[in-house]
Order: sequence, then structure tokens, then C-alpha cells
Amino acid sequence: MNTCVDKMTAETGMDDPGDQFPVGMRVLAVDDDPTCLFLLGALLRRCQYNVTTTNQAIAALELLRENRNKFDLVISDVHMPDMDGFKLLEHVGLEMDLPVIMLSAHGDPKLVMRGITHGACDYLLKPVRMEELKNIWQHVIRRRKFDSKEQNKPNNQDKQPLAGSGCSPGSAGTSNTDQKMTKKRKDQNDEDDEHEEDPSTQKKPRVVWTVELHRKFVAAVNQLGIDKAVPKKILDLMNVEKLTRENVASHLQKYRLYLKRISCVANQQASLVAALGTADQSYWRMGSMSGLSNLHTLTAPRQFQNTVFRPLSSSGVIGRLNTPSGLVVHGSPSSRNIQFGCAQNLNNSMNDPLKFQSTIVHGNQNGNLVLGITGYSERDQLQHHKHKSISSVQDMANASCSHTSLPSVRNNSFMVAARPQNTQGGGANENLSSIDSQPSEISRSLLDHGSCGANWSNGVQPTQILPSSYPPTGFPRQLGFLPSSNPSGSSSITLMYSQSHDATANANSQGGINSSGHMSSNVQFRGWEDRNQDAAYRSNVLCSSLNSLIHENSGVSGSASPSPTDPAFYRNLNFNCGNPIQTKHDGFAKLAEEIPLRQDQGYIIHQQMAQQSRISNNLGSLDDLVGSLMKQDKDKVKLLDGDLICNNYTVGTSM
Amino acid sequence: MDRNQSHRQLAAMKQSLFDQGYLDEQFIQLEELQDDANPHFAEEIVTLYFRDSSRFISNLDQAMERNPLDFGKLDSIMHQFKGSSSSIGAQKVKAECTLFREYCAAENAEGCMRSFQQLKKEYAVLRKKLETYFQLAK
Repeated sequence: MNTCVDKMTAETGMDDPGDQFPVGMRVLAVDDDPTCLFLLGALLRRCQYNVTTTNQAIAALELLRENRNKFDLVISDVHMPDMDGFKLLEHVGLEMDLPVIMLSAHGDPKLVMRGITHGACDYLLKPVRMEELKNIWQHVIRRRKFDSKEQNKPNNQDKQPLAGSGCSPGSAGTSNTDQKMTKKRKDQNDEDDEHEEDPSTQKKPRVVWTVELHRKFVAAVNQLGIDKAVPKKILDLMNVEKLTRENVASHLQKYRLYLKRISCVANQQASLVAALGTADQSYWRMGSMSGLSNLHTLTAPRQFQNTVFRPLSSSGVIGRLNTPSGLVVHGSPSSRNIQFGCAQNLNNSMNDPLKFQSTIVHGNQNGNLVLGITGYSERDQLQHHKHKSISSVQDMANASCSHTSLPSVRNNSFMVAARPQNTQGGGANENLSSIDSQPSEISRSLLDHGSCGANWSNGVQPTQILPSSYPPTGFPRQLGFLPSSNPSGSSSITLMYSQSHDATANANSQGGINSSGHMSSNVQFRGWEDRNQDAAYRSNVLCSSLNSLIHENSGVSGSASPSPTDPAFYRNLNFNCGNPIQTKHDGFAKLAEEIPLRQDQGYIIHQQMAQQSRISNNLGSLDDLVGSLMKQDKDKVKLLDGDLICNNYTVGTSM
Repeated sequence: MDRNQSHRQLAAMKQSLFDQGYLDEQFIQLEELQDDANPHFAEEIVTLYFRDSSRFISNLDQAMERNPLDFGKLDSIMHQFKGSSSSIGAQKVKAECTLFREYCAAENAEGCMRSFQQLKKEYAVLRKKLETYFQLAK
């Protein structure tokens, strides 16, 4: 009964081609309770899935690491003795980019929110029912579709059910495609195609959408006009070697989605916030996620409902944000490359959004951090990239700033804050390196380094980055969010955060927080679109403080001229006035608390995320808010930096 | 015993278990999972549950003897217990778990004690009834 892994294969075919899907879908079920596991296994088998069960999270992780292509979906309990379910979620999201469904006997919205922020595709309540399990295959397909879309070559794209869009990937059809993607999921008959293009098996060279690259992209798009921007023309305008039209096309898709999300989400969030009432931290975590209502929708990466990017002007940011998958993946440590980390996973997988969020926001709930950009392909690489990611994050932050839509950065596109590998801690933090230790220092360094993101790299030490392991150590447990375990935010992101968390988070949060609520340190904000959500909220609350910060930031960053940012900033700030504030308050309060704790971690963003859980809903004084903001740098960064960052595409990559 | 008679008895017993609230619709799902490949699924899982949950009970017993009570830990154990109880459709037990957790949240030691005693009772009763039930079903 308590065997580690009990593999019961309903059928032999592992890689069942699409024609039989969902029959034979390979599911890994994890639950320490034998009764529940037994039941789950039986139910899944009844659905004709290929089921592997294990009662240990660690064993599950190993199984997955051994061969990530062995499974299509993971279902995991939340409460497990050897590893927190959310942590597992993060790991899976970050490393394997598989859809993960959470299970719990608790329907507590906070937990659900945590699941969302950590990147879960879905959240089921025990006792789990057959009807629910019958539909879980959708998460796999959805992810594949999105990933495929990202990676699809032109001909593939044609096959995609972009039917409405006229099949040509680059053209205006892309945006249609995005929408159609999800719709067509069912219509598509190309499961076979999808299968062949399974992201996990595909080995495409990843394009790293560095800040500069993204900036060029955005510039090109703006020049052409968002409606008329077609990949081919964008590509020509950008004039970048080795960039293919497909890369641009997918990036464009993301960008469009991002823009869409920003506008939709903003509204959604506002209402959600109101609905939520308890501005629980988990809510914060969701940040942009309109999460509560869209818990399930979250799964659709493309539809980030949650991620609401405030439509700040900076197109650059958006661009970056939106292209998680296609985005640069961790790229080379070379400086200047901001890795968006998101790389493929981001887009489609749930993780992506989360990743983004986490990366971006690092502290913030999801992705808002610019930093966080998910994308880390391998944890190991994280360290590598940490360095870079930070810089990129900064850029991202900047970029995101412009977007201001901090909310739910979830979308991959968002914050591609090159976090990818660095997620662990390094990412953003690296740059901040100095940050880890002292929040104040960090902020200073942040600020000094040119504010948000961009300058991160300057100060950051690569070493800062947290080891790829998601070390819970870094994060003060007390905070509760345990970076390692997961920044309450998206799972994927959290991983990053935890890793980079330290680094970036510290940087971000630290910088800002310590200094009397220096928001500026939140420079990180800047780019974080994802955090927007949170940011938005926060912004509301912190408006006043933010304002000051912005100025500060402006000053710090130098490049970012206060004026452009200010408006944007305010824009962001005001984004979610009203309810968000409420939530924010809570969040902020927490942030404040967490920030100091986090300092070690340096993971500001993460803090935010963590905060979420923690953040008690009481916003204390403004100071608390600020503090919390700081912590949540990520989020904040977005807010503030949205604009700021945009202007500063200083890719701090000094990596 | 006559086949039909035992079937009727079984059906009656099952019905009464439902009527009295010992079991809920989840139990029906367990029985639905029975097929040719798993003819005794319900019984297997119920057996598994009782075997496994006895450790919950003993853990709780130990934890309840502490002074002061560690509500967090109690809550956590109970959470698990609740999860598995709900998986087999043990309605009354599950309800008692919920109540217990509420007392934990309120840090009401007295309430926890009472609730725990009640829980153990319900648990014992259910166990007996189900044992009889499955005996009859054989």
C-alpha cells in the first residue's frame, strides 16, 4: 500500500497519439493519504488514463525529473508531509512545464488562490469526483496548443485551427489565433500534430527575448501600428539577425494577448477585489489574477484573465511580457540578454503565467515582476542566468512598467523577466546581490543602478542568486511564504522567486522597503506587469507613497524620466482603486512585515507573493503599505516601474 | 441464508446507513467503481481506510494528551483524516472532523476534547456497520 511508486498501467502505449486522447493520458497522482490515493487511482483508471501513483512528493518529483516526457499531467494533494503541494507545483511548473492539478479537502479560497499563483491548472476538492476527472485532459491539450502555437512553424501554424485568422501565422491572424486557440482546442483535430510538436519533446532553439530585443520589437510594432503590425514587417524593422518570422509571430501573439489582458483584467480585477472582500494575501498573490473567479480559467495561459496588464503605454513591456514562450530563454549569461525565461513554457502552460508572474513580480504575486520572467529552463541554469535574469528582469520591469498592468502577470508574456533559470534566487537578485543582505542597501543599489531592473545587473552579484535548489532557507519561513516553498504566487514563478527570490527579491524588496518605504527600491516594480495586479492594488493604496517613490525611481533610474513614468505610474496606481486597495492593504501590511524578513532573500517580489499568504488583511498604516509594497516589490515594481521601466530599457544585464 | 434474502438484507442495510447519515453519495461512487476488474473495490478501499485511519486516531490520542494542546498540529492531522473520511463517504465522521477543526481554530480545548470523543464513537460505529455490511455482501 505504501509503495513509493505504484505504476498501474491501464494500457501500454505511452505516447498515445492524439487519436485516442484523452485515453491513455499519462497522469501522475501524488497523495500521501493511502485511501485518497487509492480512490484517485481507481477513478483515473476508470477514465482510462495511464496512471502512476505515489504517496511521496519527492518520489514524484524524481520520477518527473527522470523523464519529463513520461507524463502529461500531474495531480497532487496540497497537504503532504514530505513536501508542500504548492512547492511541488512550483517545481513541476518550473522544471517540467507540465500541467498540475491541486487536490485538497479544503476549499479555502486562500488555498485556491495559492494554487493559482503557483501555477496550478486547476484546484479540485476532495472527495474528488469522476466527472471532474473526466475533464482534466483539457489542461494538457490547452497547454500543448499554446506551446505548439509558440513553436509552430509556419506550416504548422497553418494547420492550427486558426481557421478564422486565415492561417498565416504572422499576419493579423495571430491575434485571432490566440483567441481561437483556446476555442479551437476542441475543434482541432490536429491532435496528432500537436503531439508531434509536444513542447517537451521539441528541441527548438529558443529565442531569448532580451529587453533590447523586446524594445525593438515594441518599437517596430508601434511604428507599424498595432493593428497593422505583421510579423514580417516587424521582423524587417527590427533587423535582427537570426530572428525568424515565427519568433516574431509568436512574440506578437503574446504581446497582443498581453494587451488584451491588461484591459480586461483590470476590470476584472477590480470587480474581483470587490467580490473578494478579504483581500487576503492569497489574493494578492493572484495579483493580477482575477483569479478567484477564474481559477479555472487560469489554466488557459492565453487567457490570462488574471493577468491584467495595465495597459501602460510601454509597448515594449508588453511585448516582453506577452511572449513568454517564445521568449528568450535563459540565454547565455551574456549580459544584456535579458532572459525572459519564459521560454516556451510560459506561454502555454499554466506555469507560464505563473512564471511570469513570479518572475516578474518576484515578490509579487505572479509574475508581475519583471524580473521573474519565467523561463528558466533548468534549475541549474538558473544560477547561471540569475545574473542575467536580473538584468532582464529589470528591463522587463521597465517594460512592464510601461504597461502598468501589473495585474496578473501571469501571462507568460509578461514578465518574461528572464528569470528563467535564475529563478531561484538569483535572477533578479543577482543583480541586486547587494540587496540580499540589506534591504535598504538593495534599494539603494537598485536605485542607484538605475532603478528598476535595468541596473540591476550592476550591483548584483551572480552569486547572490539562490542556488537552484529552491531553498526555503532563504526565505524566512516566518514570512510564511517561504520562497522556497513557493511564492504563493504562481508556482512556476515561485520557484524562480525562491531562487532568484533571494536575489531579486532581496534586491527589490530590500531596496525599496527598507528605506522608509522607499518605493524606489522597488524599482523592480518597474517592469513588472504581472505584479500589476498586485501593484494595482497596491498602487491604490500606496498611491501616495508610490508617487513619491516614483519620483524617486525616476531619479534613480535616471533614464526613466519622471514625467512619463509618473503618469503611467499613476495610472497604474489608480488602476485598481477601490477594492484593490483593500486587498492591497492587507497585502501591504504583510509586505511590510515580510520585507524585513526577506531581506535575506532579497526576493522582494517573492515576498509579495509570500506576503500574499501572509499578508494579513489589515493594512496598517501607510507605512505598512509601503513596506508591503516594498516587499512585494515585484508588484510594485510593476506599478511604479511600469512606466519607469519602460523608459529605461536599460538592460542591466551586466551579467 | 437465501441469496435473495441476503441481498435484500444488504440493500436494506445500505439504505439505512444512508438514511441515518453514516454514508453519503460518495459511497455510491465507490460502488460504481466496482467492475469486473475490481469486484471488491468498495470493500478494499474501506478496509484501507480503517486501517490507515487508525493511525490518525492514535496520533490524535497522543496529541490530545499534550498540555497545552497544539492546535495547529491537531488541525493538520484532522485535516487529513477528514480528507480520507470524505473519500469513502463517511459522512458523520467527516462532519465531526469539521467540528473538531472549528474548535481547533477557536482554540477551544474543551470543545476539541468533546468533539474528539464523539468522533471516535462515530468512527467505531461506522466501522462495525461497514464490517457487517461487507460480510453480508460476500
